Amino acid sequence: MATSYFLSEHSIDHVVLGRGEIANTWRRERWNSLQLLTPNWLTRLPGHCYDGSDPDGYMAMPEVIAFVDHFAAATAAPVRTHTTVTSVRQTDDGYHIATDTGDLGCRCLVLASGAYNVPSVPALHEALPSSIECRTPIDYHQPDTLPEGGVLVVGASATGAQLADEIHRSGRPVTLAVGEHVRLPRTYRGRDILWWMDASGIWNERYDEIDDLTRARRLPSPQLVGTPEHATLDFNVLADASVELVGRWAAVRDGKALFSGGMRNQFALADLKMNRLLDTCDGWASAHGRDADTAPPERFEPTRVPESPRLELDLTSGEIRSIVWATGFRPDYSWLDVPVLDRKGYLRHDGGVVDAPGLYVTGLPVLRRRKPSFINAAEDDARDLTEHLAGYLAAH
Amino acid sequence: MGESSVNNGVNVQALLDARKALTEAPEAAKFNWRASCKWQHGTHSKSTTQGFHGLGEEQQHKTEFSFDADHPEAFASEDLGATPIEYVLVGLASCLTAGVASVAQNREIQLRSVEAKLEGSMDIQGILGIDSDVRNGYDDIKVTFDIDADASQQDIEALVAQSQKRSAVYDVVTNPTNVTVAVNKHLDGATPRTRRGRLWGPYAAPARRARARLRLDCGDESSNR
Repeated sequence: MATSYFLSEHSIDHVVLGRGEIANTWRRERWNSLQLLTPNWLTRLPGHCYDGSDPDGYMAMPEVIAFVDHFAAATAAPVRTHTTVTSVRQTDDGYHIATDTGDLGCRCLVLASGAYNVPSVPALHEALPSSIECRTPIDYHQPDTLPEGGVLVVGASATGAQLADEIHRSGRPVTLAVGEHVRLPRTYRGRDILWWMDASGIWNERYDEIDDLTRARRLPSPQLVGTPEHATLDFNVLADASVELVGRWAAVRDGKALFSGGMRNQFALADLKMNRLLDTCDGWASAHGRDADTAPPERFEPTRVPESPRLELDLTSGEIRSIVWATGFRPDYSWLDVPVLDRKGYLRHDGGVVDAPGLYVTGLPVLRRRKPSFINAAEDDARDLTEHLAGYLAAH
Repeated sequence: MGESSVNNGVNVQALLDARKALTEAPEAAKFNWRASCKWQHGTHSKSTTQGFHGLGEEQQHKTEFSFDADHPEAFASEDLGATPIEYVLVGLASCLTAGVASVAQNREIQLRSVEAKLEGSMDIQGILGIDSDVRNGYDDIKVTFDIDADASQQDIEALVAQSQKRSAVYDVVTNPTNVTVAVNKHLDGATPRTRRGRLWGPYAAPARRARARLRLDCGDESSNR
């Protein structure tokens, strides 16, 4: 949608294809209670800001959908909804797009299908007893659609932490298997942590300046939640609520889930990285004279490591009735018949300029800068890529 | 890195170059490590390492390394080498220490001294088959580093954390690993014996009594060994 805005600015004739309605993923493929992690004042599309009464709040899904709908209407974006692309192949002068409502040809193509199409579930799900029900963030909607009894939530990104919390509140005992994760407080020195990221310019680091770009692009989302209380959701909060923490789920053997004994170091790494980020924020605040309008620096309690975390859990005992896989997503390019994928199935691209003439991608994490890929980063990335695209069209 | 005066004796540039090269040619990143072990006498064995496979070809250590392993006298053994379970601590300690040095070099931190103390706690009721709820191996391993370096406490902690994150032995110890133990067939070997081995010497009587007690108490697998 953001790219369409800039294409219109450049008077480039285009059409936006969507497989469902506008904002389809937000309408159909996320759980009911989900709220944006970005505060409203930071939630932006080109020329389009939040103008409601709660700038510090976080949009729930109906508000997100309305926000995107409103943007589409205001910009008169040429959207063709309910059109599913079935294949894309290269032609002499561009691309041939086959869809379930007819075929199209184009000179340039922008892939905006995102990074979160298919839940990526580790292979160990194949070894599970059939008595256990499995969900992913796409088919999980709310706790009471899970069977009564214990729930094993796998993964401790924003999704895993939020679902563990919500399911635990429904009265189901929750075990949370945690691997690599990113810990962040919701607020720091009286401001939303994302205010710090935005104001200090940390997010503006360009993709070609980042040390380990592959790693930055695969990093799990930070453990944040958008609530009216601006509450922090970390492992100490979850442990206080008696969510049981176990290490990364490594294997299933003889009907037992085996967890890594390396949890202590996962916690240490996340605490160290959080503190390093807070140091950066403090350094920026004093260098830019922002100490006066922010609260004094603070440090948070280190993540408490359970005395002796369980290393195995019998999946046949009935203790666990369901498993929620919060183990991330991967993009689906099964319809893309252009040889631009690397051996891991990811697009080969340089800051969104794909390794094929006139082909672009937008809406992937850390595409051109560290900014979050949703909404806030869309504008800058889309502007840059549209300029590249206009140059390409002019030259060919 | 070339300009840096930090020198921990780790050629980080070579490691970074290898990382880049192996990203392009992942097949060459597949290594195969090997050890051979020969029983000596009693619980004493001698293991050696020399050849391994990696970077697409056979490789050799400069010399063959040899390791004696035995059990201590408390276990009625001759104590001719470190206990095998101690070798696990040795492997973990040296892997983490090598990691600390490499990460420090990469982060341009000069090390002056790095010492680690390792403790592994274990309840031998497991290996003796006394209580099937007790595992054979360590139930807890504690590593304590003492590091003197030109860096803040936080940076040193980050070194150690990163070293764990990238350690092969730490991974093997903390995560399950698939293990296959096979026995080669010897067609021209001696006639198979089914006779149960017997202890002799001063330990025979107490061991027999202990074994008899175990059978009575647990009626367990130790009787069908």
